[in-house]
Amino acid sequence: MPELMQFLLSGITVGAVYALVALGFTIIYNASDVVNFAQGEFVMLGGMFTVFAFEAGLPLPLAALLAIIATAAIGVALNKLAIEPARGAPVVSLIIITIGASIFIRGLTQTAFDKQLHRFPAFSGDTPIAIAGATILPQSLWVITGALAIFVGLWLFFTRTLTGRAVLATANNRIAAQLVGINTKYVMTLSFALSAAIGALAGVLVTPITLTGYDIGIALALKGFAAAMLGGMGNPKGALVGGLLLGVIEAMTAGYLSSQYKDAAAFVIILAVLFAMPQGLFGRQSTDRV
Amino acid sequence: MRLTNTTAFAGTLALVLGLAAPAMAEIRIGATLSETGPAAFLGDPEAKTLKLLVDEINAAGGVNGEKIELIVYDDGGDPSKARTFATRLVEDDEVVAVIGGTTTGTSMAILQVFEDAEIPFISLAGAIEIIDPVRPFTFKTPHTDRMACAKIFEDMKARGLTKIGMISGSDGFGASMRKQCLEIVGDYGIEVLADETYAPADADMTPQLTNIKGGAGVQAILNAGFGQGPAIVTRNCAQLAVGLPLYQSHGVASDGFIELAGASAAEGVRLPGTALLVAKLLPESDPQRPVVTAYKASYETATGKPVSTFGGYAHDALRILVDALNRAGKAEPQAIRDAIEETSGLVGTTGTVTMSGEDHLGLDLSAFRMLEIKDGGWKLVE
Repeated sequence: MPELMQFLLSGITVGAVYALVALGFTIIYNASDVVNFAQGEFVMLGGMFTVFAFEAGLPLPLAALLAIIATAAIGVALNKLAIEPARGAPVVSLIIITIGASIFIRGLTQTAFDKQLHRFPAFSGDTPIAIAGATILPQSLWVITGALAIFVGLWLFFTRTLTGRAVLATANNRIAAQLVGINTKYVMTLSFALSAAIGALAGVLVTPITLTGYDIGIALALKGFAAAMLGGMGNPKGALVGGLLLGVIEAMTAGYLSSQYKDAAAFVIILAVLFAMPQGLFGRQSTDRV
Repeated sequence: MRLTNTTAFAGTLALVLGLAAPAMAEIRIGATLSETGPAAFLGDPEAKTLKLLVDEINAAGGVNGEKIELIVYDDGGDPSKARTFATRLVEDDEVVAVIGGTTTGTSMAILQVFEDAEIPFISLAGAIEIIDPVRPFTFKTPHTDRMACAKIFEDMKARGLTKIGMISGSDGFGASMRKQCLEIVGDYGIEVLADETYAPADADMTPQLTNIKGGAGVQAILNAGFGQGPAIVTRNCAQLAVGLPLYQSHGVASDGFIELAGASAAEGVRLPGTALLVAKLLPESDPQRPVVTAYKASYETATGKPVSTFGGYAHDALRILVDALNRAGKAEPQAIRDAIEETSGLVGTTGTVTMSGEDHLGLDLSAFRMLEIKDGGWKLVE
């Protein structure tokens, strides 16, 4: 069954990309209940900064590190300049602000850099690795490992560290969190920086496979959001499983059914899941205390 | 006499009001291009080319002693925006001719505006519907996707490849080219055994290519698409070791494609392209050689970026327009239209243009060159 194996590998590769974007959504959602639609732009910025730093002559690891730091700074700026001043606004308004920010970042990027597609070399070459009659690129393994590592890191962060729990507490009830001494402003800043950094890292990992350009963020954000919804918004486990599942569903549909229905099939399944389980596969039960 | 008085009065008024009064005798040419948005990498070099060439023409004294004033709008690839700008060009800017419509979508959305206003319009988009059926005021410069299909099928036939698999982007360009190719493929005795698609932003096409590879008897793959898709298809073919000849469309005819796909993955890929791409490889005797070399040199000096096929489309549109203005002797829409239709033997970057009442494109298949990627560069296929 080399075909099945190939479809599976393809699905996991693409799914790991979705999972990385979905993991970025998780953090900001956990801190503020806001779905940050500029998450795709963080991925794009990670890729673009790396490309231009690399072309300027920096070694790839340094270029990547620089890109991650720069993107994290932009994440913090987004929080300080756009989200914080609108504190107290309904969540929907905040989400609209993030959409506006994503358009703004996209516009700025095409002016500051250019409108072409770019790529930098894969970390470990382009020689495909054969697995059971199918092939996978070494870069895909980097992406999959990256997604797993970030997942484990986030899971530990949210469950084992005080700061991580402070993030969850802030999301749950901002005022209560402040009353027990949590600096909620700091928590918000931290979560934007972290989420932007994860997005940028995703951009660094996937650019050799997916290419980067100023406008790739929109499609990534949409698929990453779908993955996060499928898995359960706010749960790192859900983001990972949702992303991988979405990728595999797409690849299987393209392989066995028809490539024309690939995107449609994925969204139909997500709708079906959300219809039966509105919280997604691993979503937290929301309980309002009266 | 009356006219001179009015002009003098207007000039004085402008001076009195402190406006920077432009020269009165001016040829106003409009353009609506997708400088930003998903087709930005097409529209951007087009806009740069038009501005560059108009400056050159004006510096050299203009056309018939009159300067050209170029009015460019950025429609962001949005057909409804393009339509607003088209109306503005006609009603407010009072242009005598329009270049533009970077994409098939924007071109189709605006051409009726110019037909109604009876202003000549030269589109820079690919699809054959723009000039078929022929509309009195609509022209275009790029080859049609149907011509690209024909060029590719001719080459396949010559190589004895008769059973192919197709993979197409689901965007406008890919869908239109797929349709045109399927319509004419029978004429060449070629059979399409697999017909797959991908979304423009997809990151992995290995499932589709696995199916094509596994389809019994497929001898070659044809990819209709532009943007990142074709680069990823090329890389995936290398990853899967498909080992079949791969054809791409003219939509990827740029040096950037080789860079994105990687020289080793792109080795042996064939595609129909324009002379502009292989300016250095053209024989001295080639009539297009001086035109493409001159344009390439001035574009690359001015922008510092490599020249692209798409900028070439804008170059040709302006050349056609200036040629028509010269022959018409006056900047009046109807006269310009008539002169454009009589364009004959005009050498541009895409080919030699000879228009007629039935042909508002004026190019034949010889305008396309079959190119092959070899050692990270282009090679002309004899």
